[in-house]
Formats: sequence, structure tokens, C-alpha cells
Amino acid sequence: MSTATADHHGPARGLMRWVTTTNHKDIGSLYLLFALIMFLIGGAMAMVIRAELFQPGLQLVDPQFFNSMTTVHALLMIFGAVMPAFTGLANWLIPMQIGAPDMALPRLNNFSFWLLPFAFTMLLSTFFMNGGGPASGWTLYPPLSLQMDAGFPFMIFAIHLAGISSIMGSINVIVTILNMRAPGMTLMKMPLFVWTWLITAYLLIATMPVLAGAVTMLLTDKFAGTSFFSAAGGGDPVMYQHIFWFFGHPEVYILILPAFGIVSAILPTFARKPLFGYSSMVYATASIAFLSFIVWAHHMFTVGMPVVGELFFMYATMMIAVPTGVKVFNWISTMWRGSMTFETPMLFAVGFIIMFTIGGFSGLMLSIAPADFQYHDTYFVVAHFHYVLVTGAIYSIMAAVYYWLPKWTGHMYDERLGKLHFWISTISVNVLFFPQHFLGLAGMPRRIPDYSVQFADWNMISSLGGFVFGLSQLMFVWIIFKAIRGGRKATDQVWEGAQGLEWTLSSPPPYHSFNQPPTVR
Amino acid sequence: MTHSADAYYVPHSSYLPIIASIALTVSVVGAACWFNGTASGPMTFYIGLAMVLAMLFGWFNTVVKENLCGLYNAQVDRSFRQGMMWFIFSEVMFFAAFFGALFYARVLSVPWLLGDATGLATHLFLWQDYNEYWPTNGPANAGGDFQTIGAWGIPALNTTLLLASGITLTLSHHALKAADNARTVWWLIATVALGSVFLGFQAYEYIHAYQDLNLTLASGVYGSTFFMLTGFHGFHVALGTAMLIVITIRAARRHFTPDNHFAFEGVAWYWHFVDVVWLGLFIFVYVL
Ligand code: HEM
Ligand SMILES: [Cu+2]
Repeated sequence: MSTATADHHGPARGLMRWVTTTNHKDIGSLYLLFALIMFLIGGAMAMVIRAELFQPGLQLVDPQFFNSMTTVHALLMIFGAVMPAFTGLANWLIPMQIGAPDMALPRLNNFSFWLLPFAFTMLLSTFFMNGGGPASGWTLYPPLSLQMDAGFPFMIFAIHLAGISSIMGSINVIVTILNMRAPGMTLMKMPLFVWTWLITAYLLIATMPVLAGAVTMLLTDKFAGTSFFSAAGGGDPVMYQHIFWFFGHPEVYILILPAFGIVSAILPTFARKPLFGYSSMVYATASIAFLSFIVWAHHMFTVGMPVVGELFFMYATMMIAVPTGVKVFNWISTMWRGSMTFETPMLFAVGFIIMFTIGGFSGLMLSIAPADFQYHDTYFVVAHFHYVLVTGAIYSIMAAVYYWLPKWTGHMYDERLGKLHFWISTISVNVLFFPQHFLGLAGMPRRIPDYSVQFADWNMISSLGGFVFGLSQLMFVWIIFKAIRGGRKATDQVWEGAQGLEWTLSSPPPYHSFNQPPTVR
Repeated sequence: MTHSADAYYVPHSSYLPIIASIALTVSVVGAACWFNGTASGPMTFYIGLAMVLAMLFGWFNTVVKENLCGLYNAQVDRSFRQGMMWFIFSEVMFFAAFFGALFYARVLSVPWLLGDATGLATHLFLWQDYNEYWPTNGPANAGGDFQTIGAWGIPALNTTLLLASGITLTLSHHALKAADNARTVWWLIATVALGSVFLGFQAYEYIHAYQDLNLTLASGVYGSTFFMLTGFHGFHVALGTAMLIVITIRAARRHFTPDNHFAFEGVAWYWHFVDVVWLGLFIFVYVL
């Protein structure tokens, strides 16, 4: 067999290397690049939204298009940017962190990635079809979502493809972690990024098929005459919401657990102290994952549930604050009396802790069922999830990129520009999202292109923050590009306080990480 | 450098995954066009489907060859096993969504539609005469009056068939472990036969439902859950049968040894999973 000489090869040459690769680093880079592109397209849509909301009245786009902007912005950012970015990081880092030669199922790994460009091209192509892109909000509630025209089946199938990609990617991650660890790398010695991804992958395998089921029922309701979500046929539109959020709430933890892992890797490095409470971090992650399955209806407090349901989901939701609090406490204790320095990754990590906690607090407010009757579907919710997702998930991804970029490329990024990127982003992101709390509390509904004049001031301020934040991300692109092209050579350890197997490899690491498994004491 | 005997096998670059992505995309684009009533839809869909089948054939062919060349060590074998288990778990969750829909309708939303819980019939404004509980096609009598399929005819027979197929498959596995190739193959053939008869009955039942009982996908929430659950299950039985046929051929070609036969076990797990889903269906869709 000619394929028998499998390892010890460098990358293949030419463009087809990227199409046919089975290497975890190549695939990781592809995921990260894809995520960056989606981040920019989704970001452009956010700019359209903020431009329209700059002033009251209808200025730039028609309402239907505005609605499809909010919908597709969310779908791209969640399924196209954050999830693939985390998967890219998983690909790059997990084999290196556990001492494995590659991911467990390398061809499947390539398949998982290459489904994504097709899925999202299909999703975006709906803009050019009769009736335009999806405009029902990313949650696709029927009956509204069923009113979509020619693009509808394309959108549903795009979700199916992206879902297949996530499931296969997650299977790969779990199997890699459970089966490919170097001798001595016991579960409780694994870096937290590996732990959080293990649990994230479990959440993905458990919930993506449920989303697939939900959108399949939408498809048959529209085309095959079924009545799952139509009361006339004995179904119930609220049923869709239950099924969707059974996926949807674990999904928000899918978007944040790997971030917890990243922050738990970065803080000890720059505080020069081991992570405080490692095992409690593991248990907290596991309990968050468990609880995330029994809180979904906090997204539906106002839909008309029995009171017992409201109470159950309210208390269950509040309980998540306990393990989350454990984590924040551990991070702060890690920094306590550390000899800290604030390089860019650390800035993003500390920014993450502060601003993610703000999002956690607004989440706690939303979890109070009677209060949520006021907050629901207002900009307060928008402020909440952007604090946890932008200054949470996205900040962690940026922290991770700055932290590991020298390892990946062998070059230091431009520290001065990195810090500048952090400060401009952090100031503008708060100008962008903090006023949305006020808007929401004052009653401004989400997903509407126009608003009454009393909301004008804060909207204008928010839009200004948005434009600055959007533009400052071009800096991020530039910094990465510069570091790939060249820059000061990075040492193998890169950061003086960095610990873990990936730092024992050269920078950039060899094409195949560990052909001989390292021994972990 | 030489390949140490026990290194984890990392395959070289491969064209299979990109072909797989393109094939899947072509078939779903075809299906979407079909739904939209575009004339080229069905054709595109079938082309995509053919590509998917060809890709699967190529992919499994490669894996089988690599395995026969002895490239897979025990650790690779474990990866395949764990991968298969998690895949089956994802399938369990896929069915869970439809079972969830069934339970939600029967336990919560249909009673609410009848005025349960609030004491106030929520249908009074639009549909005063609605009073049927289950089976129901809703207050608007979606799809028109229909009859249901009793549990103790064909469905009970089908239950026996699937349970029997589980037994024959286990017997085959025992024979395989005892290195008795002839018995392995014969029990596999019996399993395939039982699966195929199941499918035949299921097809007959669907025709009967559509032609004589007016029970269709459009028969309100009953018809929707009925056909969605049994349909996806039937689809999985068909897939499982195809997989069984493949391993029957492979067993006949003596691909399996008593201690190296992951493909056999993977298919067996899948088949048992399909079996268990059917038991759930039989109880919750037909009997209750
Ligand atoms: C302490 C933890 C948290 C609590 C108690 C919490 C609570 C809530 C509640 C009650 C809602 C529904 C608000 C409404 O629609 O009226 C909500 C919405 C949301 N949350 Fe959280 N949350 C928490 C953390 C997170 C995290 C970590 C993320 C993601 C990283 C997240 C993402 C979201 C998103 C995306 C929505 C809006 C979904 C939509 O309607 O489009 N939340 N949260
Ligand atoms: Cu939630």
C-alpha cells in the first residue's frame, strides 16, 4: 500500500493542500480563517443594523431587509464565527495539549470543516432568492419563519449541514480527548481548555440533533402538510419554542464553556501562579453543563406557561449562577497577589472576566420570571447576550489568538498594536452595548427598525460605539496578518509563565505534533 | 524514518471529504429546489444522492483496505468504536426531538386545546365543537377524518421480527467470535431477511394507511407524529439493512477475525439501537 508511509511528512504543496488536508493544524487554521471571514460579514450586517438605528424613522433599508439583517447576523456570528473559531482552537490546541499526534479521526475532521463553507454559502445565497433572506429572527419561530419564500428550504438545509459539521467535529473532539492522551495525562491533569471542550462537545452531540429535528418539523410543516406547530391541526407553535430552546440554552453554553477554558489557561501564565481551584473548575463546568439542560424555558416566560413551570425554570436558572460564580471567584483568586503583567492576551482575559460578569448579572435579572415580563424582547436582552457573547466569547477568542499566535506562527505579534486594539475595542464595545440596558429598561423592543423618539439619544450613542468597534476589528485582522508575515521570533515557551505541553514544542510546532507521545508526570 | 509498528495511523491528505461535502451539498440543493417546485430539483437531488453513495463506497473501501493492510492498531480501533457510540448517541437525541413532540402534544398541548389547566377551553372562540383527545387531527380536522392502525396486527408482528433479528445478529456475533465463518454468514443473512420483511410490512402499512384509512402526513398532529417517527425509523432500518448487507458480503469474504471486526460490531450496535427505538415506537405510537 502506498499510503502506508503515513507520518513524518510535511504538508503537501499548492492550494490542494488545504482542500485535502488531514492535519489538525491545517484544519485548525482553516476553521479560524473561516470564522474570521464570517465574523467580518456578520459584522458588516451589524453595521447596517446600527446605521438604520442611528436615528428614529426608516432611513436606509426596508423593514424586511432590516429583519433579515438581525436574523442572519445572529446565525453567522453563532454558527459561523464563534463555534468554528472554538473548533479551530480545539483543532490546533487539543492534540498539542494532550500529547497526541493528531485528531483521532483526521479525514472526518476535514469533512467537518469543508461542510461549513458550503452551508454558509447556501445560507447567504437566500438573499438573492425570491423574498430574500430569513427574517424571523435566528430562533426561527413559526408561524413567522414559515412565511419565508424561496429561500426557506435552503436555509433549513444550511442549518442541517452546519449541524452535521458540528456533530462530527464534536465526535472527533471527544474521541481525541478520551482516547489519544499521552501516557500519564490523566483526566484530572488535562488543561482546562481540554476539559471545557470535552463537555462542550458532549453538549453539542446532545443538542444539535434536537435542533435538526426542530427545523425538520418546520420543513415538513411548510411543505408536507404536517401540523406540528399549527393549532388548527392539533399542534402548537409553542412546542417549537420548547424544542428549539432545549437546544438553544445548551447552545449558549457551547458558546461560552471553551471561553472559560481559554481564560483559565491565560490567567495563570500572566499572574505567574497556578490556577486556583482546578478541580472545582472542572466540577463547576460539569454542573453548568448539566443545569443547562433544565433551564430552557427561561426564554419563554411570557409565552403562557403554567405557574409551576415558570417557578421551576426560574429557580433552575438562578442555580446556574452558583457554578458560574465559583469560576469567577477562582479566576479572581488566581490573580490575587500574583506578579501580574498585562500583555494583550491578559488584557482580553481580564476584560473578559469583568464584562462577562456584567452579562451574568443581567442574566440573573432576566431569570427572575416576573421581572422578565418587562425585559423580554427588549434591548435589555440584547445588551445581556452581547455582554456574554461579544465581551465574553469573542473576547476569549481574541485572547486565545494573541496568546497562541506566537506558538502557531513562530512570530510575536505587534504588542503595541495589540494593546491599542484592546483599549479601543473595550471602550467602544461598552459605548455600544451598555446604553442598550437603558433602552431595554425604558421599553425599546428588539428586532424593530424604527423606534419612538425618546430612545433617540442612547441609540445614537450606541451606534457610534458600534461603528468604532466594528472598524477597530480591522486592526485585529491587520495584526494577525502582520504576525503571519513576520515579526520578532518567538521562543518555544513564548511567555515566561506559560505551562503545558504545547509550550514544549518549537514555535511554530512541527507538522505532526507528537509522533512519540511525551510522558506526563 | 521508518514507521514504528505501533504508531497511530494518521491518513494522508484525502479527496474523500471534499467530495463528501460537495455530494451532500448537491443533494440538499436539489431537495430544496424540489420543495420549491423547480423543475430541475428532483434530477439534482438524485445526482447528489448518487454522488453520496459513490463517496460512501469509496470512503468505506479505503477504510477497509487500510484495515486489511494492518494500518490500524488497537488505539485506532478504539477511536472508531468510541466514534460510533457517540454517533449513535446523536441519533438517539434526534429521535428524542420527535418523541418529545409526541409527548408534548399528547400530554400538554392537546389537553390545553381542550380547555385543561386553565379550566377555560382555549378553542371556544374559533372551534367550539372540538372535543376529541387522541388520536386527533386538530380542531380544523386537518386532512379529513381518518382511522388509525391497530397495534396488534402488523406492528406487533414487526416487533417480533425486529426482536428476532436482534437475536440472529447476536448469534452471528457469537459464531464470529468462535471463528465459525459459515454460521456467521448464515445468521447475518437471516438478520438481513428479517429486516427486509420488516421494511416490506412497513411499506404495506403505509400504503394501507394512505389508501384505505386516509391517515396521511397531513392528518393533523397525529398523522404528523405518526409518520415522522415511523418514517425516520423506517429510514434507519433501511440504512441498517444496507449496512448489514455490506458486512454480510465482507464476512463472506472473510474480512473479519475473532478479535478484529469493528465494522461488524458497529453495525450491530446500530441495529440494536434501531431495535430499541422501535420498541419505544411500538409502545408510545401504537399501543398507548
Ligand atoms: C448567569 C448566567 C445566565 C443567566 C441567568 C441567563 C439568563 C437569560 C435569560 C433569562 C434570558 C431570556 C431573556 C428573555 O428573552 O426575556 C437570556 C437570554 C439570552 N442569553 Fe443568557 N443567561 C446567562 C448566561 C448566558 C451566557 C453565558 C450566554 C452565552 C454565552 C447567554 C446568551 C444568551 C442569549 C444569546 C440570549 C438571547 C436569546 C434570544 O432570545 O435571541 N446567556 N439569558
Ligand atoms: Cu438561556
